[in-house]
Amino acid sequence: MWSDSSERGPIAPLTSPSAVSNQKASAMTGFLKIEKLGKAYQSDKPVFSDVSFTLDKGEFVCIIGHSGCGKTTILNVLAGLDTATEGHAFMDGREIAGPSLERGVVFQSHALMPWLTVRQNIAFAVKSRWPEWKVPQVNVHVEKHVAMVGLLHAIDKKPSQLSGGMKQRVGIARAFAIQPKMLLLDEPFGALDALTRGTIQDELMGIVRQTQQTVFMITHDVDEAILLSDRILLMSNGSEAGGQYVPGGLAEVVANPLPRERTRAQLHHLPGYYELRNHIVDFLVSRAKAH
Amino acid sequence: MRMKTTHLNLRAALVSLLMFLVFLSAWQLSATSPSVAGAAKAGMTAEEIEYQKMMGKDPGAVKSTGFPPPIEVGKAIVAHLADPFYDKGPNDKGIGIQLAHSLGRVGLGFALAVLVALPLGFMIGMSPLMRKAFDPFVQVLKPISPLAWMPLALYTLKDSDVSGIFVIFICSVWPMLINTAFGVAAVKRDWLNVASTLEVRPLRKAFRVILPAAAPTIVTGMRISMGIAWLVIVAAEMLVGGTGVGYFVWNEWNNLSLVNVIFAVLVIGLVGMLLDLAFAQVQKAVTYVE
Repeated sequence: MWSDSSERGPIAPLTSPSAVSNQKASAMTGFLKIEKLGKAYQSDKPVFSDVSFTLDKGEFVCIIGHSGCGKTTILNVLAGLDTATEGHAFMDGREIAGPSLERGVVFQSHALMPWLTVRQNIAFAVKSRWPEWKVPQVNVHVEKHVAMVGLLHAIDKKPSQLSGGMKQRVGIARAFAIQPKMLLLDEPFGALDALTRGTIQDELMGIVRQTQQTVFMITHDVDEAILLSDRILLMSNGSEAGGQYVPGGLAEVVANPLPRERTRAQLHHLPGYYELRNHIVDFLVSRAKAH
Repeated sequence: MRMKTTHLNLRAALVSLLMFLVFLSAWQLSATSPSVAGAAKAGMTAEEIEYQKMMGKDPGAVKSTGFPPPIEVGKAIVAHLADPFYDKGPNDKGIGIQLAHSLGRVGLGFALAVLVALPLGFMIGMSPLMRKAFDPFVQVLKPISPLAWMPLALYTLKDSDVSGIFVIFICSVWPMLINTAFGVAAVKRDWLNVASTLEVRPLRKAFRVILPAAAPTIVTGMRISMGIAWLVIVAAEMLVGGTGVGYFVWNEWNNLSLVNVIFAVLVIGLVGMLLDLAFAQVQKAVTYVE
């Protein structure tokens, strides 16, 4: 179903031309700014500290690191679901304080409401975004986004009747349906098998390229990061070095030199792919200090 | 597979029928067993028999065991069901009217309990502070037999009817309150996070996210409450009297009409089963598969 493109039909670009020109104007300013972010559950042993980076509009950035390095915490702070113990996060010049419809989140566990159908799940999000919309308008919008992820045939099914990959696609459609300024993905494909994961990666890349969506994504998969992102943030875990605790943090930011128009199938034939991959794997094996 | 289950159902029905028949014949036999008094007469002289008669203990008389045989109960059932809604004064009303009184009290008390338990349960479930603050009260009040409240209810409410409703309220409220609080507290973090990131307003979140998520647990609490309420109403009506199936049972006991008592007992069981089935349907409707 997923690879059956005839069912999906052409995907209309979701952003208006004016939004694209805005993106160019603000391209250099740093649409999302993270300044000296830190989180400590024990005050003397922060999980990470001094994390600073920026995201430009339309940029796709992945963050990689071992479990416990604080990736999810950073994403939750950006989503407004968690608070940092130090530092600040700004989006579009305003400090992030609490959750907002401007940032769509795709959760690792898809987080669909099991008592609602696919249509109702997405309609719930759409009605939250535009409470004044009438039913037909909501329906059109919902169907457009369900079609975008190729699930029109399952639109009136409950999540329990869908496979893991289909559920995650509904989660993605829900996040896109509210047309957020920024998309936050918390390891969205972590629970999927390799085959499904590959097809959804392709699909996500297609949608993101068309919508010029700004994306911040957590992943454990090096190839996924290389395929999807423009830049890759490498995070290290906190560790004891010579009796001294060193908190984790942003160890390195790797720009992806591969051409943006890449596909999963030819990725490993691109010049520079293996250097990039080896660099990241070396980092994870020797420098990220996994416990 | 389906054939196998129908087969199993059929066999189960046959076994049930068999057990019922065994029970009926045992009942019939025990209710009509010959009196032993006749045999005692044989060993007595004429004077002795005369003396016993003068003492009001005629050894010749065939004493019934007093317990009605099934056929009499069957006749009573037919007679009651033929005219369930007659009203011949305060001590003689049809079973339909009595049931309506009992169901009305249970319905009112239960509805009041829903009105109190759901909002309170939501509050307790959503706030750890409130959960801790309410806990000692719930723990102490919950194990109190609802009938123990009866004197206090009669004194303060000064009306036996209202007191009955109050007793139903107080016994229904605890399972509902506890289950609502538990269900609300156990709503998946993910769904609340979705609601937060969508900036859903608190009321909409309560009704569209938390309520459906906790509904299976809440309805389970309601089902338990209804079961208890139906147990308690019979006892409560025996105490306060006037109307209702509980009063009907007590009244027929005073009339020494065991036939009617047995009939009422059967009706109480059947109605209780129907109430439970109704809640099972509601439960089915709100249950979701993850």
